[in-house]
Amino acid sequence: MNARAPTRSSGFQSAVYLNRQLGTCGSLIIVLILLTGFSVSADPVIIGSKKFTESYVLAEIAKQSLERAGLKAEHRQGMGGTIILWEALRGGGIDVYPEYTGTIAEEMLKQPGASIAQIRNALSAQGIAMTDDLGFNNTYALVMRRDRSERLGLKTISDLRAHGELKFGLTHEFLERRDGWRPLSERYQLAPSQVLGIDHALGYGALSKGEIDVKDAYSTDAKIGDYGLVTLIDDLHFFPQYKAVFLYRKMLAAPASHALNDLSNSIDEARMIRLNSKAERTKNYAAAAQRFFGATENSSPFVSETFRNKLLRWVTRHLELAGISLLLAVIVGLPLGIIASRGGVIWHTILGITGVIQTIPSLALLALLVPLPFFGISARTAIVALFLYGLLPIVRNTATGLQDISRPLRESAVALGLTAGQRLRKIFLPLASRSILAGIKTSAVINIGTATLAALIGAGGLGEPIISGLNLNDHVTILEGAIPAALLALLVQFFFDLLDRVLIPRGLRL
Amino acid sequence: MNALVHFRDVSKLFGNDFALRDINLEVERGKITALIGPSGCGKSTILRLIVGLVVADTGEIQFDGEQIAPGTIMKIRRRLGYVIQDGGLFPHLTALRNLTLQPRVFRKKRDEIEKRIDELCQLTKFPNSALDRYPLELSGGQRQRVSLMRALMLSPELLLLDEPFAALDPLVRVNLQRDLKEICARLQQTVLLVTHDLAEAAFLGDEIALMNEGRIVQRGSIADLRAKPANEFVREFISAQRGLVQL
Repeated sequence: MNARAPTRSSGFQSAVYLNRQLGTCGSLIIVLILLTGFSVSADPVIIGSKKFTESYVLAEIAKQSLERAGLKAEHRQGMGGTIILWEALRGGGIDVYPEYTGTIAEEMLKQPGASIAQIRNALSAQGIAMTDDLGFNNTYALVMRRDRSERLGLKTISDLRAHGELKFGLTHEFLERRDGWRPLSERYQLAPSQVLGIDHALGYGALSKGEIDVKDAYSTDAKIGDYGLVTLIDDLHFFPQYKAVFLYRKMLAAPASHALNDLSNSIDEARMIRLNSKAERTKNYAAAAQRFFGATENSSPFVSETFRNKLLRWVTRHLELAGISLLLAVIVGLPLGIIASRGGVIWHTILGITGVIQTIPSLALLALLVPLPFFGISARTAIVALFLYGLLPIVRNTATGLQDISRPLRESAVALGLTAGQRLRKIFLPLASRSILAGIKTSAVINIGTATLAALIGAGGLGEPIISGLNLNDHVTILEGAIPAALLALLVQFFFDLLDRVLIPRGLRL
Repeated sequence: MNALVHFRDVSKLFGNDFALRDINLEVERGKITALIGPSGCGKSTILRLIVGLVVADTGEIQFDGEQIAPGTIMKIRRRLGYVIQDGGLFPHLTALRNLTLQPRVFRKKRDEIEKRIDELCQLTKFPNSALDRYPLELSGGQRQRVSLMRALMLSPELLLLDEPFAALDPLVRVNLQRDLKEICARLQQTVLLVTHDLAEAAFLGDEIALMNEGRIVQRGSIADLRAKPANEFVREFISAQRGLVQL
């Protein structure tokens, strides 16, 4: 006989039971969020960079300049796009990042054509300072393969007007920018038959293979030289000046701002192209930055991290992100699914909201969260985004699993005189366990995959090598992140299959 | 006032249709009352009203002098045993766990529970050794025996049986009917049985209530119904089933 001692309380109503559950969830979530968030202190100077080579290199130069001045600095590599960095800077998630005057005026301040003095004033009002320009202008440009442009006799952007058949492959950011494709095509009266959105680094590959004919580029891109591309002349002077500068928080201590300002007027276009090219050849931004400070190739004082250590760091962080977010999704999703299983309006509301969250592209969700107070550039933000993505499968499977329980079983439970809470714990949840666990498994696998995007807001994980590999157009680096991520997903799947055997009652597996 | 359950002018609507219309019924203590009638006549609804799975639209139902209402139903349920056609056993629990679920929730002592299970196994002729099996590992007849044991665990004052043997093959059914009659006689159990099988009602029922279209058409013993059918429906219902038995 294995009749166990009688179990806990009986006789409270379902609403009270659920409220109590939700109350416990709420406090648990707050504790978890605090745990993940407050470990980031403001001690070292945090430098951000966008996800392209030059931004990485400039951030490394800033880092080394700060370190040479005896300060601690940390580089959060390759964050996703202007808005995320700008909001992080304003919110204090980062202290410094390299930016371009054109972008500042057009995108961040929405003051096209503003002078340097006007820019400084407007930034200052938001607590942000700007160094003098670093010595080069990295404006947007349209580039083509040399053979193609020579055959068609194209030298200027105006010349494109007569060739509507050319395929344009433009970065998503350029397509949407206020100083990007739309006003450019209006000014030059361009109406090409095909305009595709494509990642910057992948676009170069497509261009060299002839899959696209024209692409946007930065005028100091190393790849212009590497691929033998031609820059089309901006004959109508459409593109604004894109002088490179560092933006930093005015609260930054004086030695740090001196170290940054010392870098102004120290890099010209030719030098920047060389540094970019060096970074892309060696896949080592820190080494390129050392080159700027005059170091020779062999005297590197920076010992680079071994692959094993890097991998361990990526995987640990990755599991941290996916694990904590999954735990939160279970804690919140289970009660939501239970409530939704009542059907009707509640069902539609809860599944509707979690479903809509699922349709928001991950980068957009990150960009929406970063400017909110308490979020910013941190693992916390990535965890919350992953948590939101993980909700739907758990909520839906819990709700349908409970709804699928047959009427005779429901009524038998009622007839035995069990309260709503007792029915739920002893009968309904175990009966729905297979469906609920399947939902959690789906969430876990999705989270492992989506967690690669956390690298876009500097939260690390296996997305780090993937994004930096995409940027370098380097398949080996991409695979360094993609293969472990895929293996992790398989492992998680395997782990949950084992868990099924433990958690699903044997009577349901016959 | 010897009756355990009283129905007074009870009606129940499903949408615009009457499931039950002006039901007046007493369930006598210590007797087996059989509700019989064609499918959809409302006989199961009477059981479901007592368990509180549905609520009457008009009229009043009393259990042992207490009105069945949202405030009283939880207490009353503990005094009922309810068995449905396919048993309603929980597939994730072994037979034993199905039996101990309710007494454990109501904090019965462990040795009392074990003693009761031994008694019931003997009474229902269920082998102790099969208690560790899951419902899906039991035969249909065994499942109904466990179901009956589960309903009897807390010695309920009223046993409600809703077509308990309808899904079983004839040989198993006959055995179970015989055993049930014995058990009820020994326990002097008050029973309200729902069936569409006249032979079963005649064999088990001390009192029969024949229903049609939400009303009780005639009450009495099987002899009364046969000798003095109240109307054409009663005559047809009885002769149709007698015809089958005579084959």
